[in-house]
Amino acid sequence: MALSGIEIFKKLPKKNCGECGVPTCLAFAMKLATGQAELVACPYVSDDVRAAIDEASAPPIRTLTIGAGDRAVKLGGETVMFRHEKRLENPPGLALVLSDTMDDSVVNEKLSKFKYLEFERVGLILRPQMLALKEESGDAGKFAAFVKRVIDQMDAAIILMSDRPEVISEALKVSKDKKPLIYAATNDTAEAMGSLAKESACPLAVKGSGLDEVMAITDKLLGMGLKDLVIDSQPVNVKKALEDQVVIRRSALVKKVKQLGFSTITFPGQLTDNKMKETLIASLLIAKYAGVIVLSEMEGHNVFPLLLASLNIYTDPQRPMAVEEKVYEIGGPREDSPVLITSNFSLTYFIVSGEVESSRIPAWLLIKDTEGLSVLTAWAAGKFAADTVAVFIKKCGIADRVKHRKLVIPGYLAGMSGELEEELPDWQILVGPREAAHLSAYLKQWSA
Amino acid sequence: MALEIPKVSYSGKIREIVLGKGDKAITVGGGTSYPFYLFEGQMPLKPRIAMEVYDSPPDDWAPTALEPFADVAGDPVAWAKKCIDTYGAEMIALQLVSTDPNGENRSAEEAAALTKKVAEAVDVPLIVWGCNNAEKDTEVLKKIAEDCAGRSLMIGPVTEANYKQVGAVAIGYEHTVIASTPIDINLAKQLNILLGNLGVPDGRILIDPTTGALGYGLEYGYSVMERIRMAALTQEDERLQFPMVCNLGKEVWKTKEAKQSRDEAPKLGDPAKRGVLMEAITAQLVLAAGADILIMRHPESIALIQDMLNDLLAA
Ligand code: SF4
Repeated sequence: MALSGIEIFKKLPKKNCGECGVPTCLAFAMKLATGQAELVACPYVSDDVRAAIDEASAPPIRTLTIGAGDRAVKLGGETVMFRHEKRLENPPGLALVLSDTMDDSVVNEKLSKFKYLEFERVGLILRPQMLALKEESGDAGKFAAFVKRVIDQMDAAIILMSDRPEVISEALKVSKDKKPLIYAATNDTAEAMGSLAKESACPLAVKGSGLDEVMAITDKLLGMGLKDLVIDSQPVNVKKALEDQVVIRRSALVKKVKQLGFSTITFPGQLTDNKMKETLIASLLIAKYAGVIVLSEMEGHNVFPLLLASLNIYTDPQRPMAVEEKVYEIGGPREDSPVLITSNFSLTYFIVSGEVESSRIPAWLLIKDTEGLSVLTAWAAGKFAADTVAVFIKKCGIADRVKHRKLVIPGYLAGMSGELEEELPDWQILVGPREAAHLSAYLKQWSA
Repeated sequence: MALEIPKVSYSGKIREIVLGKGDKAITVGGGTSYPFYLFEGQMPLKPRIAMEVYDSPPDDWAPTALEPFADVAGDPVAWAKKCIDTYGAEMIALQLVSTDPNGENRSAEEAAALTKKVAEAVDVPLIVWGCNNAEKDTEVLKKIAEDCAGRSLMIGPVTEANYKQVGAVAIGYEHTVIASTPIDINLAKQLNILLGNLGVPDGRILIDPTTGALGYGLEYGYSVMERIRMAALTQEDERLQFPMVCNLGKEVWKTKEAKQSRDEAPKLGDPAKRGVLMEAITAQLVLAAGADILIMRHPESIALIQDMLNDLLAA
């Protein structure tokens, strides 16, 4: 936890020389405590004090990055138990398991599917980012060659999975520039794995049965100077998996237990053989704090819903999601297709575009920038006023794309149709349904 | 190294509410911790699932969702019985979509006659859900409450706009009200206060916080539910200590992605599994946020959730 201003002040040199930019050490301490200044501004702090203050002001859950390329995964930095308290920071990385005993053709097929599973939503690209490469052959050379082949073929954040330090050591030779996560240090291998992680500057996972064993291992590794750790508590069932995630997060945030101040790695496939259930366990782990979720299978039907779950849960509750202001073409509209307008609140967009699509009537959907506010809120805030709507209609170019001049506005804004007609004399303003659910019926009776 | 688990001390408890009557009556609620946090509290009564039955044959359902009910889709009584006999439904939720004035606009009398037939045919607790048009729902739910007097139905959505009329008949004819508010903890509390003032007994109120589907606003309801549970359990907000109902099946299955075929959405994998997972994940997430009653559609999503509930609540 961050230190208070007074606690920091006690550690400062008390010269009151002003070189830090504020007149006194006390004033500087207060600024530090609220994050408005950085410790480097004071030239007189000793290294010991710097280390003590840095450590005390570090986030309770360590932030770290796995991987190096486009699909690098940032984890940690979490500060709350519930998203409404502020927000959840870094969504979990979804990883697909590949084994060095799989046939090349199977691996190739899985990799091409992995690459193919990419979805656009609200202007974001949703996709799985991680590959968990598992040594099952018992052969360090074979595993290293397998790791190399995968890395050459696919840009992904890599997890190297083997209990044997000598296997990891070989694999790191070909992969350490990619900053893979080493999985895992156990009670028996903590020192050897710790050294490998340190030499290669790669993050290291800790595997223990239960939190007490995990803490003993992380304590040892912290003692060796390692910081970028990830935790696997090897829960034996779903109930315990949930409990461990909650206890780890809460211990780190509330009790500042430094041995548990790390992100987690989870394996829902270890808790069931049923792929559908594995996906459900994964969804619960998305909501309840997992850092990495390793899946035994990735298909569109399980990955897409999990990515949606992650998008929903990790959306910043204080910032509404918005889509881009523009003309959206739904179902290949023509010059006699209906023209609808609504707000750019992403939920509004999804629901309206979904309803239009399912009506199977092609249409032009005009999305006006309302700063992510829904229709009624935007209207109340003056972001959906007749004059600004008119400006948008003129500049968006819809008039060149349709022959008719009929504009459908949201039912809730029926009151503005007169004003809008004055602003847009060429257009006839039609009042659409209040609820998107009635759009389909409305569109079916619409004619140009 | 022995970890001392930092526990939350809960001061509140979710009210226990009896649903239905007779041998098949069910009690929900009773939780004394955040959902499934059994290391620091109890969840003595497991969340329950009501299977949907529609009052008119569905016309735009995904083939996967329709397939299990294709033989009963035009007959709500047979549909309800199939849910119970074939799929082991522990509750039924009759969705009265055909009463919608913007749709078929069936009369309150027709809706009440149908509800009565279904109520007589099943012995499990019965939820009756209107068309979300406050005016029409008032008329429909009043008539149903009267005609099904003493059957202990759960009727909703009861909103700020119609709580007086529907609340009054619920008191008189002994039904439970589903108090529905649009994703807002303060409005939820306010409506419960109003229902209490009206005289609806505390043992006959359920909260509908409004549920969005996965990918379609799920997170708003999710957070409101978490806040409701937090207020109920740690701030002893007794007007929020009621079990929560999530009418999620219809929300999920109307989304584009739950309906698209393999040709329409080749990247989204097997359409049947996708739809089932979208419904089950929505259910799993609202359970994690505090749902006590789920209204669901597909037998496979329901089976998956039952399996998860058994795991999460295992002794
Ligand atoms: S530079 Fe350092 S010693 Fe000088 S006033 Fe600022 S904090 Fe104090």
